[in-house]
Amino acid sequence: MTDETPLVKIRGIKLEGRSDETWNPIINGVDLTLARGEVLGLIGESGAGKSTLGLAAMGYTRDGVRISDGTVEFDGIDLLTASAATKRDLLGKRIAYVAQSAAASFNPAHKLMDQHVEGPVQHGVNDRGSSEEDGIELYRKLRLPNPDEIGFRYPHQVSGGQLQRAMTAMAMSCRPDLIIFDEPTTALDVTTQIEVLASIRDIVEQYNTAAIYITHDLAVVAQMADRIKVLLKGDEVETADTRTMLSAPTQEYTKSLWAVRSFERPKKPGVSTGAVPVVSVQNVDAAYGKVPVLFDVSFDMHSGRTVAVVGESGSGKSTTARCITGLLPPTAGQIMLDGEVLPADYRKRSKDQLRQVQMIYQMADTALNPRMSIGQIIARPVQFYLGLTGAAKRKRVDALLEQIELEPSEYYNRLPSELSGGQKQRIGIARALAAEPKFIICDEVTSALDQLVAEGILRLLARLQDDLSLSYMFITHDLATVRAIADEVVVMKDGRVIEQGDKEEMFRPPHHAYTDLLLSSVPEMDPDWLTNLLTERGVDNIGDAAVDKM
Amino acid sequence: MILWIIAALVGMGALAWGFRFAGQAATGNAPKFRDMPYGVAYGYVLGAVVLLWLIWAYMQGRSSDPAIANKFFFLRIAIEGFIIFAIAAWLFRLLGCAVGTAWSRKMFRSMPLTASFGILTILIYAILAIFAPAFAPYGQEQIIPGVAANIVPGGDVALGGNPEFPLGTDQIGRDIMSRLIYGAQNTVGIAFATTLLAFLLGGTFGFLAATLGGWLDQILSRLVDVLMAIPSLIFALLLMTIASVWAPQLGIPLTVFMVVIIAVIDSTRVFRLARAVGQNIVVMDYIEAAKLRGEGLGYLVFKEILPNATAPLLAEFGLRFCFVFLTIAALSFLGVGIQPPLADWGTMVRDLGGFVNYAQFAPLAATAPLLAAGAIALLTVAVNFVVDWMLHKSSGLKE
Repeated sequence: MTDETPLVKIRGIKLEGRSDETWNPIINGVDLTLARGEVLGLIGESGAGKSTLGLAAMGYTRDGVRISDGTVEFDGIDLLTASAATKRDLLGKRIAYVAQSAAASFNPAHKLMDQHVEGPVQHGVNDRGSSEEDGIELYRKLRLPNPDEIGFRYPHQVSGGQLQRAMTAMAMSCRPDLIIFDEPTTALDVTTQIEVLASIRDIVEQYNTAAIYITHDLAVVAQMADRIKVLLKGDEVETADTRTMLSAPTQEYTKSLWAVRSFERPKKPGVSTGAVPVVSVQNVDAAYGKVPVLFDVSFDMHSGRTVAVVGESGSGKSTTARCITGLLPPTAGQIMLDGEVLPADYRKRSKDQLRQVQMIYQMADTALNPRMSIGQIIARPVQFYLGLTGAAKRKRVDALLEQIELEPSEYYNRLPSELSGGQKQRIGIARALAAEPKFIICDEVTSALDQLVAEGILRLLARLQDDLSLSYMFITHDLATVRAIADEVVVMKDGRVIEQGDKEEMFRPPHHAYTDLLLSSVPEMDPDWLTNLLTERGVDNIGDAAVDKM
Repeated sequence: MILWIIAALVGMGALAWGFRFAGQAATGNAPKFRDMPYGVAYGYVLGAVVLLWLIWAYMQGRSSDPAIANKFFFLRIAIEGFIIFAIAAWLFRLLGCAVGTAWSRKMFRSMPLTASFGILTILIYAILAIFAPAFAPYGQEQIIPGVAANIVPGGDVALGGNPEFPLGTDQIGRDIMSRLIYGAQNTVGIAFATTLLAFLLGGTFGFLAATLGGWLDQILSRLVDVLMAIPSLIFALLLMTIASVWAPQLGIPLTVFMVVIIAVIDSTRVFRLARAVGQNIVVMDYIEAAKLRGEGLGYLVFKEILPNATAPLLAEFGLRFCFVFLTIAALSFLGVGIQPPLADWGTMVRDLGGFVNYAQFAPLAATAPLLAAGAIALLTVAVNFVVDWMLHKSSGLKE
């Protein structure tokens, strides 16, 4: 790092967003300084204004957002008063942006290479031929498979992790001074994420590019950033060196963020032999049309216990849940409830059988009818299954709202859109509880939530389990969640159960090779974790590359 | 002539450049002028020139020499109408902001002028249609004794008008204003009933197809494809011709046939929309949750799907209403729709259509058929403005 002028200098920036005819503050006066070649991590909950601030560093705002005060300087150029021509020249050439969802950001109608060369050719950095060569070089450096050919594929022909790396290559194509990464790995599996992280870190170091890395995952930012800035509701909480920040955070809020990962339930006594499992999946095969997706899946779930089903996307976790609920009748095998065989199709199940198996969904936004009030949503199963009406129904709904720690009088008449993400998820839980079930399937219930909120949901689920002796099937790809809540773990891959057993057993070596890979791919809060892992295993033995070798 | 046009374009080109330069100099190079592309500057100049021409033409229209004034008569009326409607819409919105509940006041504040114009127009039409007998000075089929036919609108005796009949009389001496007001009742009322029926049919089958899928969806969708493959106006005309033979035999009014025929033809479009919207909703997790709860089809369609489909369906209702309305007017114009002596705007345009030929030297006489045509156009524009605004609101777009 040199003592010259900083690359990015933001002073006292204020941003406002328009909603309901008024301008509401999003960022209230934040300073940001970034030196050349430095990587700054921006973390905070959703709604903290991370992305808005990241975009403001490019002198850009989304529709309905305006900069009301402050200055943004890039390499001495004032971006807020610069002419459109000056900005056009800077953006893409000296400042680049990598979006969260590469799949949504690439134009599906053009090949990767055609999109890659657009920037350099447009800005006159390179002609088409040499930018293509450079693109192949970048693909190689980012360790994409078949770097010579992958550029001539269409976006849908490569995987999500590869697409994210191709997008990083595209951002690199003009050798910018600054790249803004907006949650580039949030949508990826752990094994894919680790590859993308390693590639991004490598290439940023190699070309001495400065970067702003926006994420809500602390462990990820610990690997990537030199410095970390914590945001809370548009205000800066604190900024410090990564190591200082991790070892000695000064603010209460930062400490609470760090402490999230400490939640862990006490170990429960083992299941007594001969106990009838609440739900038992027995030798289930399933197929979508003619494509088989599940092969001989069997596991048991006992009363008052949580079974975590882990695996990457496409491993058959959610399909198993669909078989249990009866949405997808298995082609072979059966599902038992309390020792009785459940009809394969949910339409053939009795009302009581349907009541016993409830589900909580990943996306609370799509799981709650946006046109029904909270009261109506929870009251429906109460009335439908238990036949309560009038005052009795209202009383039961109030009791349920209290159970999920929401004040009944305040929330009863609200619509789902008036609730935060965590509150919506609580309503989803209350709706499941309203049926008074024995068994609840939780399908990635915390993966769309911020860590603090997710922890609250996990604690609530744990408390409810103790109070009502519910049994959970917990589908997740996040091993920190598994560690927090599970009693037993089932690892799935390609539609098969790879390994299953007690949580302690599963987290203790020796593991099955795949379980080992999964466990080792989960980022830890240690800033040296990625470096150590890479030296330990070598770049070719991490992530998807390692999965493919199995 | 061509040379003149080229000269004007070149002159405007120079003006545009000068405009941008002057703007930069006057505002001290503010971003608005600094970053202004040449095309935008040209657009400003072009807009100014068109505005100047309109003002000049309007002054010509008010000229005391009838030969000149007649040439610009309709333009004058259009400009005056535009300004009057704009002021009325603005006043209406002002009124809406001042009275009513907090919710309605907020709605009026965020409403564009076009939407408030649309709502005002629709309100006026609705009141006229519902209380037609109270507003109309004469009956719709009443031939007033002793009154000449073809009295020119405007009420100016010197030009062949009669102050007692401000909008004139038609070819057999009926009061045009009364017939216009009753026409609102007949045409708009029947169009409303038809649209409702079309939505009942199309919406029900569309949601059923979306929810149940499978062979029912296939049969209904292919049936709709077949119906949509036939040009709708010609199809309606064909069926109406058949119906006009059946109607007297069965003793059912022809209007009932018309409502059913147009409703069935238009319900195909509603079906496609309802099915598409329904399919997007059916894949939501809350529908899955309701299915797993064991809910029946009725609950799914009416409690879970329908409330989430109201916004696009309402917007479609407004649009479909316009089309139905135009189809009825077209059928009446062709002679198979609403039958005389009932007043109907389409028939009125047909009956008085010949007067349009006098537009050049006697614009007032040519106004007679345009009154009914204008009533149709005004309502169509108004409904579309309201629909646009509702779509914009439901899409959640900001600015």
